[in-house]
Amino acid sequence: MGDSGDLKLIDDSGKRLDGRKLDELRPIKIEANVLRRADGSAYLEWGGNKILAAVYGPREAHPRHLQDPTKAIVQCRYNMAAFSVMDRKRPGPDRRSVEISKILSEALAYVVFTEQFPRTSIDVFIEVLQADAGTRCSGLTAASVALADAGIPMKDLIVSCAFGKVGGKVVLDLYKEEDNLGEADVPIAVVPRTEEIVLLQMDGHLTVEELNHGLTMTMDACKYIYGLQRDALKNRYSTGMDNEENPKEASK
Amino acid sequence: MKNVEKGPDSSNEIKVERELVIPGDFLSEKDLKSGMGTYNDTERTYASQLGVKNIRAGYINVVPLGGRYIPRSGDYVIGNIIDIGPSNWLVDIKAPYPAPLHVNEVPWRVEFGDTARFLFVGDTILAKIQNVDEIKRVHVTMNDHDLRKLTGGLITEISHSKVPRVIGKGGSMITLIKRYTKCRMFVGQNGRIWIDGNADDIMVAVSTIERIEAEAQVMGLTDSIKDYLEERYSERSEEIETK
Amino acid sequence: MNEEVISEINRNFIYQLAEKGRRIDNRAPDEFRPIGVEKGVVNTAEGSARVHIGRTDVLAGVKIGIGEPFPDTPAKGVLTTNAELIPLASPTFEFGPPREDSIELARVVDRGIRESGTIDLEKLCLEEGEKVWIVFIDIHVLDYDGNLFDASALGALAALTDTTVPASRFELGDDFKLPVLHYPIACTTVKVENTLLLDPALEEEKIASARLTVTTDENKDVRAMQKGKSGSFTLDEVKKIITSSQEVAEKNRKKIIE
Repeated sequence: MGDSGDLKLIDDSGKRLDGRKLDELRPIKIEANVLRRADGSAYLEWGGNKILAAVYGPREAHPRHLQDPTKAIVQCRYNMAAFSVMDRKRPGPDRRSVEISKILSEALAYVVFTEQFPRTSIDVFIEVLQADAGTRCSGLTAASVALADAGIPMKDLIVSCAFGKVGGKVVLDLYKEEDNLGEADVPIAVVPRTEEIVLLQMDGHLTVEELNHGLTMTMDACKYIYGLQRDALKNRYSTGMDNEENPKEASK
Repeated sequence: MKNVEKGPDSSNEIKVERELVIPGDFLSEKDLKSGMGTYNDTERTYASQLGVKNIRAGYINVVPLGGRYIPRSGDYVIGNIIDIGPSNWLVDIKAPYPAPLHVNEVPWRVEFGDTARFLFVGDTILAKIQNVDEIKRVHVTMNDHDLRKLTGGLITEISHSKVPRVIGKGGSMITLIKRYTKCRMFVGQNGRIWIDGNADDIMVAVSTIERIEAEAQVMGLTDSIKDYLEERYSERSEEIETK
Repeated sequence: MNEEVISEINRNFIYQLAEKGRRIDNRAPDEFRPIGVEKGVVNTAEGSARVHIGRTDVLAGVKIGIGEPFPDTPAKGVLTTNAELIPLASPTFEFGPPREDSIELARVVDRGIRESGTIDLEKLCLEEGEKVWIVFIDIHVLDYDGNLFDASALGALAALTDTTVPASRFELGDDFKLPVLHYPIACTTVKVENTLLLDPALEEEKIASARLTVTTDENKDVRAMQKGKSGSFTLDEVKKIITSSQEVAEKNRKKIIE
């Protein structure tokens, strides 16, 4: 974690550099089913993050040695576009994206009923088009909407959000500046209905009290974001659905 | 022509209640049995798929709005041959797995190693799902009335979940399209549709199907499709008159 | 992969239509699908554009850095073009290092821009032989529904016209608009049976015997070409394709220069 030097990350009135309160999220916008070729997809803007997620499958797992005769494998690939960050990123996977892909795959596999599709692969592609800290959380939140959009049987959606510590305070949803200068960063992902935690990472320095406070705060935020995920799916699929109950149709 | 209108997926299944549910949504206490697209957790039933809630014969189901076609024994499907072996063909049926078609399951006598002479890669067949075993292996057959290799016309694809809308209640929609376009049509449960007729008519049929797919949730769909077809065909007759 | 197999039925149907000069989506043989260009969509990039041709969707971003010039052009900035056929965009694109398709795509886009002198590279010299601005064009394909060449070339050009050189960030004076001198537009034609079809849709592209991309500038001069696929063109066909590419390019260029 960086050193903020003289920069004041939290002002005297308790506001953050971007004007947010300690427990305030950045604006989030989610749209479901945005791509033609993919089986399911979602586009998400979260503060300065712009993320596309696509799902293909279940389809035959390739290469064959990856096939599990008892269940589907969930393969998530997290990738950043070269222009998604200030200093151009060399295209292709690096150690960071490989690690993130692995933990996101594991989180998603928890909610997918993988045993329904032995020997297949459910491929989830997350593309970060513009990054502003919290891309793994944004990506996972978008990916679970894309999975639902693809009709994949699952227990629940997954919602993800991070908290951290900046200027000595525990804050929700770090953006780029805070991420660079903050003292800790804790991304988590939860199953909203059961409040089970399926992803948890931490780096930096926190007391147990700070951690507990942050987890509670982030769980609440996840429930709010879950509402946005639901709205995205409902908006995409329920157009005109209420009208379906018109007697002319029903009487047939 | 197979009587697709009587397919098991005919839209009669969808009852008046049309509530959109999302995976994880609570559906019912234990008073209803958990059916398709649902799962149980501590004696309560939840949705496991994005779809429409549907209660039928004591079961609570979720009729999916998308997703891959999941083969069920007895479904009629349209498949493409994607590989050939000495005693079977491999058929893509838009499912998670390609399905083998064994030489014993075709209406011809095929000698060992002579498979390519009967069906080649790129050929399209009308087939039936013979069985799906417990590890989800799917076998298809052509040994049934009217199952055959398809030639001519065009294959278009829609989501398998929209198949009931294209067929319509009691086959009303498909009959409507056939009547206007004078095309022969077969709707596979896997979302592939074969259309044969005059090229112009085929293209009208395709655009009609695209419309149904896009507006599947809109009220009075049959009427709006009828208007569309009437418009398409009146335009064409006007065009012909002015030439 | 299964997706690569086009059914004989559809192949024949497209052939039959083509013989009558018609297409599966009712377009004329020389008609493009609707084109959409949206600039400035990525704020981490120095320039960006999202381009749709029908349902094909491409995002191009420009990043600007500082580096050494090539020894043979010590007083010129450097241009590099890269394309990623990410597996999000098509069931047939695979994860992993760039394969020949994405390398060809990047090189065809690069040639059009380079050969037409689109960027005034002389204005991108900081210290002769030592330090120049480097322009990175990265093309990210998001949805593949045919004709990536034209969508990518259009995206790259649109992103360049949106680009500001971030000189102040490097404490090298004021930011300035990237000097763009020319507007090369790529037009791709495929041959299906003996009919030439401009802006191939996915199925047309797959069953075509040959493909030709012609990049022309605002003076209608040809700046780059690429023939693809294992079929051939007659001399007359090539001439015809060049003429129609010139005409269509003029129309498509207007999508970029408002």
